[in-house]
Amino acid sequence: MSQPFLRIKNLEICVPGAGGKPRPIVQDIELTLEKGQVLALIGESGSGKTTIALSMMGYARSGCSFTKGSVVVDGTNMLDLTFEQRRHLRGNKIAYIPQSAAASFNPAFRLIDQITESARIHGTMTRPEAAAKARALFAELGLPDPDRIGERYPHEVSGGQLQRMIAAMAMLNDPALIILDEPTTALDVTTQIEVLRAFKRMVQNHHATAVYVSHDLAVVAQMADKIAVLKDGTLQEVDETGHLLSSPSAAYTRELLAAAEPHERAKLGDTSSIRPLVEVRDLNAGYGAIKNNTATFPIVHDVSFDIAPGEIVGVIGESGSGKSTLARVLAGIHPASKGRMTIEGEDIGLQGKARSKERRQAVQMVFQMADTALNPAQTIHQLLRRPLDFYDIGDKSRRDARVFELMDLVQIPRSAAGRRPGELSGGQKQRVNLARAVAAEPKLLLCDEVTSALDTIVASSVLNLLTDLRHEFGLAMLFISHDLGTVSAICDQVMVMYRGRIVTKAAPQNLTHPPVSPYTEMLIRSVPQLRPGWLEEAEQGMPALREAVARL
Amino acid sequence: MNGKITELILKRIGVMFLTLWLVATLIFIASNLLPGDAATASLGQFATKETVEGLRSALGLDQPPLQRYFSWMAALVQGDAGISLVNKQPVIDQLLGRMSNTLFLAALTTAIAIPVALFIGVTSAIWRGSFYDRLVSGSSVLAMSTPEFMVATLIVFVFAVHLGWLPALANLNAASTLDLMKSLLMPVCVLVFIVVAQMARMIRAALISTLQSSYIEMSTLKGATRNRIVLRHAMPNALAPILNSTALALNSLLSGVVFVEIIFNYPGVARLMVDAVSTRDIPLVQACAMVFCSSYLILVTIADIFAIITNPRLRRGRAH
Repeated sequence: MSQPFLRIKNLEICVPGAGGKPRPIVQDIELTLEKGQVLALIGESGSGKTTIALSMMGYARSGCSFTKGSVVVDGTNMLDLTFEQRRHLRGNKIAYIPQSAAASFNPAFRLIDQITESARIHGTMTRPEAAAKARALFAELGLPDPDRIGERYPHEVSGGQLQRMIAAMAMLNDPALIILDEPTTALDVTTQIEVLRAFKRMVQNHHATAVYVSHDLAVVAQMADKIAVLKDGTLQEVDETGHLLSSPSAAYTRELLAAAEPHERAKLGDTSSIRPLVEVRDLNAGYGAIKNNTATFPIVHDVSFDIAPGEIVGVIGESGSGKSTLARVLAGIHPASKGRMTIEGEDIGLQGKARSKERRQAVQMVFQMADTALNPAQTIHQLLRRPLDFYDIGDKSRRDARVFELMDLVQIPRSAAGRRPGELSGGQKQRVNLARAVAAEPKLLLCDEVTSALDTIVASSVLNLLTDLRHEFGLAMLFISHDLGTVSAICDQVMVMYRGRIVTKAAPQNLTHPPVSPYTEMLIRSVPQLRPGWLEEAEQGMPALREAVARL
Repeated sequence: MNGKITELILKRIGVMFLTLWLVATLIFIASNLLPGDAATASLGQFATKETVEGLRSALGLDQPPLQRYFSWMAALVQGDAGISLVNKQPVIDQLLGRMSNTLFLAALTTAIAIPVALFIGVTSAIWRGSFYDRLVSGSSVLAMSTPEFMVATLIVFVFAVHLGWLPALANLNAASTLDLMKSLLMPVCVLVFIVVAQMARMIRAALISTLQSSYIEMSTLKGATRNRIVLRHAMPNALAPILNSTALALNSLLSGVVFVEIIFNYPGVARLMVDAVSTRDIPLVQACAMVFCSSYLILVTIADIFAIITNPRLRRGRAH
């Protein structure tokens, strides 16, 4: 029997732990991959998937070291090689496509010089040959103006284009093995589908052997022949893609699959007959000086909507669509150039100077990054007590008890009251962040990408909590996200934002019903689905939609 | 080059002149706070009140401060720093001779210090955490915290007094080039010692923060050699912070020059300024202070302009 192209045996990678004793972050890894196949490594943050992928290049990040096992690529154990020998393989026989092309291109040089650099390093081609090859790859990856786009600097090219250009960089020396490390995670969903398509075509055309690292099962289902599921640095299950998705054997895989399926929460139903709690009319905002009710750089245009008591209204859109600016205006952090908002009929004031304390209390914001929103020097008790004291809520003697009630509400053990945010997990921090906002007893809660930084399973529990809160307190919520699945799962109404305007407003189940804006249609079709073959189907009719969106 | 970058550079230069004006005003105020004036200083403590008053009005010291400020400022803009109160010579003439001496000392120091600091900073960043790195870091902290006058006195004691190898005083009219070099060796060494430690530490820090970027990991994974990673990928991006820290370190040279010129009796601007303070020769003090402040501002401005030019974002603007 011939050797597989890639064979990882009993791999262990350690970091220095307490007392200088090495602590394994990855252990007992056994993987094989045949030539011309795509293997996916899937898991949540900290599962060790990138660490394993990088070991195939004989590379360990600062602090990590290989302590056991072997990583044999095409007959060579990468871990036995000297630095010089590994260097000759990197960028030549084995190539890497990183998560963020924007951060991985050197800002000081033209793209073409960086893309052809590996040919110069390894002496595989002359400079003009390499440049010609790069241009051919640009064309193959569907980049606009392939003959000249390389002359630009990284900051002059969009994120989706950069990601394709870094793929061209990886392909330059015709590598035998390509490692793709979350290559589309930083992109908007409508851009992701284009890039995925380009990557898949490239892998097929070159009969490349590839390792695809991702946290997103639906994306992986489109790309991989075989999936390896990882958790806390250990292998849970390896199986052929179709089989793993239809009949997972490990409990953790089932959990992942369940979290990926949209899990509908209880909805309010029709709210059109209820008197709205929050009314926003004709809101315009932007940056720079405000003249004649218009900002120098307008971002949000003519936004109007209502929220009923206990209703969750979702806002969805890509980065730069104005979602966060909208939330900041409603929170009173950023002045509107025009428009007004009323809560229970009372004008809350969107323009001009500071709001009164009562009005600020009525609208509370939950920020995306609990890490930066919570003061790391304060204990959980201090953090939750602060809004009670600041807004003078309830009897002074009852406030400590109220803090514990709030902790119960967000399911943080009371014993954690004396701890500081740094000692909590990501999901717990986000719960505290939520409790802090709820402590002020607001009427409207603004949630800005509150689950985006969390892993799927943790995010799901935070969503459950949000749904409980609205049922219990009749809180109105504006839920901002870039993820259609999340928004559909908990929102009663969804507003789709594109270039600062609301292009579609509908209940989630009606978003697919025409007539909707072409952007909304494109957005919905771009959301990856678990079934293999979705990518090819979704691409049908996409070009026409893209043109329609460009005309918007 | 585009319009935006020209605008930024012009703005930066504008800021420099504004700062210079503020500094000039502060210097004027500060020099007027010095106790006593040239009249009392040159006549001695036994002069009568009348003779002091007479000399004061002859020197124009009896005019109101605001008026003196404006006439001083107006003359300064035209390049006239006034007449020395003590030897009645134009201040500019005295300055120019001394300035070339100080510039010679500073240029010599810079020419030696920059390559040395670059070498130390870059090598310790590459071998970060090694024994070499810790040794260099430790000694540079030691060097930075040792006062320059102590270093100067110590080496004079060892090399001039004890061993007798080098002259204790700097003599610029030495008979031969060898003698000139021998007499400059100690002053230059002291200054290099002060500047290199600070500069090397800042270069190391700037380079290390650049070496942690994603594009450096990417270049490693492209198979680049270590030299290529540091010199081609990290250096251009670390250049702006390095230049800024170099400018700051060179500014500490300006304060070091005062001690060195005094201790080695070197005929430079700093020496001139100290002498002028002791004779209460206010126009000369003001002119010397302006020289020091302008050189500081010019260095910082050059570093900033360089940072603007080397940034491709600013150089090319946004394409879309």
